[in-house]
Amino acid sequence: MTEATVDRADATMESPRGGSSRRTFIKGVIAAGAAVPASGYMFRAGGASARATVRATMPRITTLTVNGTRRSTDVLPQETLAMTLRYKLGLTGTKLGCDRAECGACTVLIDGVNHYSCSVLTHTVRGREITTIEGLASADGTLHPVQQAVVEEGGFQCAFCAPGFIMSMVAMVNENPTPTREEAAEALSGNLCRCGDYDKILNSAMRAVDYARRMA
Amino acid sequence: MALIGQNIIPPDLVAKVTGRAKFAEDFRAEGMVFAKLLLSPMPHGRVRRVDARRALAMPGVLGILRADEVPRANAPGEQALTDEPKYVGEPILAVAAVDETTAADAIEAIEIDIEPLPFAVDPLDSLRAGGPDARLDGNTIRFGENGREVVSMKWPAEVFRAAEAEGRLPMGEPTDEWEMGDLDAAMGEADFVVEDTLIHQSLTHHPMEPRSSMAYWENGKCHLFGSTQSTGRAHGALAGQLDLDPENLVFVGQYCGGGFGSKITGSPVYLVTALLARKINRPVMLRINRYEENYIGRGRPGFQAWTRMGFRGDGKITGIDLYIVQDHGPYGRSGDYFTASLVTHLMYQPDAMRFRGITVYTNTPPRAAQRAPGGAQIVAMLEPLIDKAARELGLDRVEVRRMNLPGHDSTFGPARNRTTSTFAREALDIGAEKFDWEEKKALSGRRRGTKVTGVGVGVSPYVGGSSGFDGLLLLRPDGKLHIHQGIGNLGTHSFADTGRAAADVLGLDWEDCAVVWGDSAQHLPYSSVQAGSQTTHAHTRANHAAGLDMKRKLQEVAADTLGGAANTYTVAGGRISGSGGAMTFAQAARRAIAMGGEYSGEVLPDDINDVTRRSAEALAGNGLMGVARDNFSHEGQTWSWVIGFATVEVDTETGAVEILEYTGSADCGVVVHPRSLAAQIHGGAVQGFGQARSQKWVFDPTWGAPFAHRLYTARPPGILDVPSSMDWVAVGEPDPQTPVGAKGIGEPPVGAGSAAVTSAVADALGGRCLCRIPLTTDVVLAELEGRPPPHQLTEIHS
Repeated sequence: MTEATVDRADATMESPRGGSSRRTFIKGVIAAGAAVPASGYMFRAGGASARATVRATMPRITTLTVNGTRRSTDVLPQETLAMTLRYKLGLTGTKLGCDRAECGACTVLIDGVNHYSCSVLTHTVRGREITTIEGLASADGTLHPVQQAVVEEGGFQCAFCAPGFIMSMVAMVNENPTPTREEAAEALSGNLCRCGDYDKILNSAMRAVDYARRMA
Repeated sequence: MALIGQNIIPPDLVAKVTGRAKFAEDFRAEGMVFAKLLLSPMPHGRVRRVDARRALAMPGVLGILRADEVPRANAPGEQALTDEPKYVGEPILAVAAVDETTAADAIEAIEIDIEPLPFAVDPLDSLRAGGPDARLDGNTIRFGENGREVVSMKWPAEVFRAAEAEGRLPMGEPTDEWEMGDLDAAMGEADFVVEDTLIHQSLTHHPMEPRSSMAYWENGKCHLFGSTQSTGRAHGALAGQLDLDPENLVFVGQYCGGGFGSKITGSPVYLVTALLARKINRPVMLRINRYEENYIGRGRPGFQAWTRMGFRGDGKITGIDLYIVQDHGPYGRSGDYFTASLVTHLMYQPDAMRFRGITVYTNTPPRAAQRAPGGAQIVAMLEPLIDKAARELGLDRVEVRRMNLPGHDSTFGPARNRTTSTFAREALDIGAEKFDWEEKKALSGRRRGTKVTGVGVGVSPYVGGSSGFDGLLLLRPDGKLHIHQGIGNLGTHSFADTGRAAADVLGLDWEDCAVVWGDSAQHLPYSSVQAGSQTTHAHTRANHAAGLDMKRKLQEVAADTLGGAANTYTVAGGRISGSGGAMTFAQAARRAIAMGGEYSGEVLPDDINDVTRRSAEALAGNGLMGVARDNFSHEGQTWSWVIGFATVEVDTETGAVEILEYTGSADCGVVVHPRSLAAQIHGGAVQGFGQARSQKWVFDPTWGAPFAHRLYTARPPGILDVPSSMDWVAVGEPDPQTPVGAKGIGEPPVGAGSAAVTSAVADALGGRCLCRIPLTTDVVLAELEGRPPPHQLTEIHS
């Protein structure tokens, strides 16, 4: 893997949010030179125990900026950001609901834009600001206005989808501070809630908008 | 002020919004490795040979688990792994490796030879003479000399010929039937009769959290982290399956990312994780992805049904004849079809009714309860027929429903059961008012461009509570009330909300209470399964009972300490006050420890369950204990109701159905947590919308291969598929057969949502019932354009 191919993969990340993330993902894999059958969504441990017959499948130490902190870890060419966050960096707040860009439970922010981390290759986000659900509250525990709004509205039922929804709400509030309820639904439409708690989720989103406006 | 009835922020919500809430796949253990499953590529087969040598020789591969290493299941039960797979996607074996990719590579490297066996995906194919059986021992289950037994049943060709000639469901010999009243006479009195063949699809639960699990063993003790609706009962079930003493299994299931009936006591696949971890002596994580979840994640049984319903001119239902063929999947026994018959009789109260049904094993993924099993299917299928009759007779559709709904004294089913309370008519009336039925029904048939409006109403009853479980409370020396809950935390908030019943007896603020749940090592009481809407009812009762026990003990401790008669002491606000003075709860807790005996839990009631006894013994001496079995009277069956009202627009050019408005009205007794009740009514309705409109399994009839195995191919409703705001209302009348007055409400909202939509779509189409669920665009459009239906009359997986 050369720097040039990485740059090309990075360039594909410039597409507007929500646009062609799946195509970007596959291009990223091709750019990285790794074969990606079904195992492309999986995680291979680093170290001597991993199969190391193919150079392209060997881990590389990669530095990521996650929740404002620079973190270095070994990353495989075909490794997804969701897997790196969950299994290398201990950030299990990001959930895997489908492994394939269908449900949004794995949504994180990359440079403030919400992305499905199950469908972003980790090596393509070096140098980007990655924010996960763990990075929203202040160090003293003060909740982000979006989190506070959700708590006050009693948002979500099982809440497995909550981290993803909340990250999309944060992106929404940043991008459009004055959405209507319908616009909020549009902004959150990349996230699935199987409990069907959309009414309460939208109540939470509109309260979050209200808080963000007051804080601005 | 009583806590019951308040909106209280659930104690786990901050953990949920910060990512700190740990679901099963979030746990880690030192040296943890990964497992992958080998899934059956064919709908029915026999594994003849497995050669895993090449896989096991791969660097990083640690071991394999085969079907003969998991607990045997008696027919028609399901094993965690099998050498006779009965559906595409059934786990055959599992491999562990240092990482998931290596495990997946190892699975690919396994040579496996599977002999194909005859298979059936459509129940009716299996019932034809010479048709295939899904199981080697038969295709259905019925009562025989030795109780329920699996048998092979075939219907004569004549049954199918006659059905084809008459254009209806074939109806041969059933396995289950009952009849009440004189059906012929009742039908003779009818002024209008509807008769239709009705199809309802099978659909998978698809909880957001797939059933991943992690396990490790330490000093002979298994630590298992899994997703379940009912922590305590999952612990007991899994310990039994693993043949472990309960104390040798630590089961952690603090958060459940959705179950809807698919994770009632865990999942068979958790045994694979636990047994593989023991075999290779390493912590094992078995991640289940969405594709795998589709197969092993359970589904709602589909129905191929037929009905004839007779109506008097005023709308009174005289008779109902109902036949249901149930698509069962390959294992177990799902009673959906039978429950559907009881729901039908309860909600329509016909003068006479006959039910016949048969459940047929098929080589499709296993079925399980899915919110309102049987009920949600049948109400969505039958409610549009009530509309059809009302239209024909020139009657208001809400009026026809009110006329037929039961009251408190009504009975239902062949056993003439009674309910504990029935406020169905009240729910219908306040719902119609909230929705503004009188105004809205005038919109029926309105055209806006290519769209035509339909207005619908769907009635949905379901059982709402069991009884006889235990409550376990410990007042700690710091004055804090620990409410131990064996029920699970699947998002209904009942793990916390039912604890309010104890706090209210003691007059405690919620801030002085802590809920202990989700970990079998935390000493949990014997609890109901968190399913069938049992919990709110069962555990407000159990906690009320334990609260009363603690209150008595507080009074006696105060009297013993301060003098005077115990019954002169009042308990409120964290204090016990009476003739001899007052003491705080904290003081009473310390005094109880000194007094010992029943006060500190050293002596326990005789009638509590062994599970509760073990937990109470472990907690004894640590505070003042309140522990009791729910012995309150419970006469009659507890049923709750939701009536759904919907406005839809059907696009006459595309066949698409858009839901514009929805109001749900509930009879669930006393409302425990208004905001959570709203979430149940609305969330259940949203699941019902998916059932009515989009979600279904599709199988290739030639190869038995499934086409819809992910979310996007059988998509549950997204946020843009539902009204951007929804309404609700509740009767709020207490149920007289439970001290707190609350009934469960998890089940009925699904059928209400689904039936309100099928009713509204039929209304938009001018009263034509399509009699096929889901109402996908191809079905709707063919009807609008006057083309033949795109699916054969009885096709269920097309």
